[in-house]
Amino acid sequence: MTLEARVGAGVAAFEIDVELAVAAGELVAVLGPNGAGKTSLLRALAGLLPLRTGRVILDGVVLEDPAAGIRVPSERRPIGLVFQEYLLFPHLSVRENVAFGLRARGMARAIALGEADRWLERVGLSGEGDRKPASLSGGQAQRVALARVLALNPALLLLDEPMAALDASTRIEFRRDLRRHLESFRGVRLLVTHDPVEAMAMADRLVVVEQGRVLQSGTPADVTQRPRSRYVADLVGVNLFRGRASQNVITLADGGSLTAAGAADGDVFAVVHPRTVALYRTRPDGTPRNVWEGRAVDLDLGGDRVRVRLSGIPSIVAEVTPAAVRELGLDRGDQVWVAVKATEVSVYPA
Amino acid sequence: MALPTRSRRRLRPSAPLPIVILASAGAAFFIIPLLGLLLRTPWASAWQQLGSAEVLAALRLSLLASLSATAIALTLGVPLAWTFARLTFPGRSVLRALTVLPMVLPPVVGGVALLLAFGRRGLVGGWLATTFGVHLPFTTAGAIIAETFVAMPFLVITVEAGLRSMDTRFEDAARTLGASRWTVLWRVTLPLVRPSLIAGAVLCWARALGEFGATITFAGNFPGRTQTMPLAVYLALESNPDAAIVLSLVLLGVSLAVLIGLRDRWLGAS
Repeated sequence: MTLEARVGAGVAAFEIDVELAVAAGELVAVLGPNGAGKTSLLRALAGLLPLRTGRVILDGVVLEDPAAGIRVPSERRPIGLVFQEYLLFPHLSVRENVAFGLRARGMARAIALGEADRWLERVGLSGEGDRKPASLSGGQAQRVALARVLALNPALLLLDEPMAALDASTRIEFRRDLRRHLESFRGVRLLVTHDPVEAMAMADRLVVVEQGRVLQSGTPADVTQRPRSRYVADLVGVNLFRGRASQNVITLADGGSLTAAGAADGDVFAVVHPRTVALYRTRPDGTPRNVWEGRAVDLDLGGDRVRVRLSGIPSIVAEVTPAAVRELGLDRGDQVWVAVKATEVSVYPA
Repeated sequence: MALPTRSRRRLRPSAPLPIVILASAGAAFFIIPLLGLLLRTPWASAWQQLGSAEVLAALRLSLLASLSATAIALTLGVPLAWTFARLTFPGRSVLRALTVLPMVLPPVVGGVALLLAFGRRGLVGGWLATTFGVHLPFTTAGAIIAETFVAMPFLVITVEAGLRSMDTRFEDAARTLGASRWTVLWRVTLPLVRPSLIAGAVLCWARALGEFGATITFAGNFPGRTQTMPLAVYLALESNPDAAIVLSLVLLGVSLAVLIGLRDRWLGAS
């Protein structure tokens, strides 16, 4: 079972164009900031938003192909969608909610309700079938929503920020249970989230989406070690530069340059971890290859570290100890010298 | 000193005297007629009046006609409301304006229009008569048509507003669960707009029950056939004022019940 899709959808003001390939047994997380087009992507896959261009192929069956005039309606796609806000039908009991899809597919009422009870038991809600959705907690409601979708045994399971509406304590518990259900699920799984922790904890592969386009795709380790966008770099908390490398010197696109050890020539990304950025009151002598002057524009205390945002050519973020800030007498607006060793600049092709 | 004065004013605003006088006159304008009705009611003979054959016939006919009109309005009006709320097509706003026109149209004009359409020589009336043998003018069916014409817009706009304010993602969820559009409508959409359906139907029924102008113009005034309660009230005022008052009281009671039933929707929390 596989999903192959190229989704071009939306209106001129906001268009998405995302290419995806997901194999069975693989859990892919689409990660991106709010408004990146993640929900539009899922709605398009589920047939709720018509494609303008592209194709959706699930297990070799073309579900949508505007160029060929093919469009399987939502209700006939073997796709389950779990919504962020649960969307349990408020006028139906929990049991009837879970049985809804089975009934819509023609299963007799009594059998469907029995099946619903079995699914409620599987998600840890046996005996709660007679309750109305309004009386459930967020975690319980999302379990019901999951049972409602899993009961239909879809070939493709789409999860749209399933934990975003849950409070922090419920989220941890729900994530553990969700992972268990996802492991026993045999179809294709696609999770959408704006929460990097959630994405890293659950997914085998990340697809980073911003402004309706795929910026990067790879294993969580690969994406975090080699970010290819400011969004991911900010999530991971590293300095990301883009430039052109020539004989170990990278001329940066936004001005300035960095010397790195062993950089291949050409367009590159360079990452500098804030912990490896050293600050001095006077120009340091010694071995650091990269030394320039910057102005501290912001100091941010987090844990036992102070993040210092420095404006200069290039601008960079340094992470130093509170003791170092005291010794430097560093305050907002002060000029300091910035030093980065060439060995601390990691470079990879753009 | 300015601040306390202002906050006290917000708690109990002091109104200019002319406003108070005019507002009181306005309120009295509504209260005095109702008082008149209640004070002049022949309470002793009220039950007897209600039991008279003439009054009973008007009551029975009014119930039959208004409930039939409500049933027709639900059958045709809900699909119409759905169309206005969910579809976009050229001429939609014009069509919508035409279907709610009877709300502001003088009912007599509606009656004339109905005559010109369904009358013996009307646009489709002749065809209805020769093809199906159906005669609408001056029949009970005609009274029902007249009431439907005037009352259905109330149902259409109420249900349309309900459909517009409903969260359509519930329908999306139902479709991804495999429900056809028809199943979505019956099992999700209509149950979710149930409060609007009930309010619309009650409003429509109350309007149909009180209908006078279109009914008398299109269906005439035949006791037991087209003489509904408002018509009976109007005619009884000459011959039997006590019966007119008792019938009016019944209609007033119904109106009050509707108002109380819909208080959450109309009167708000105050």
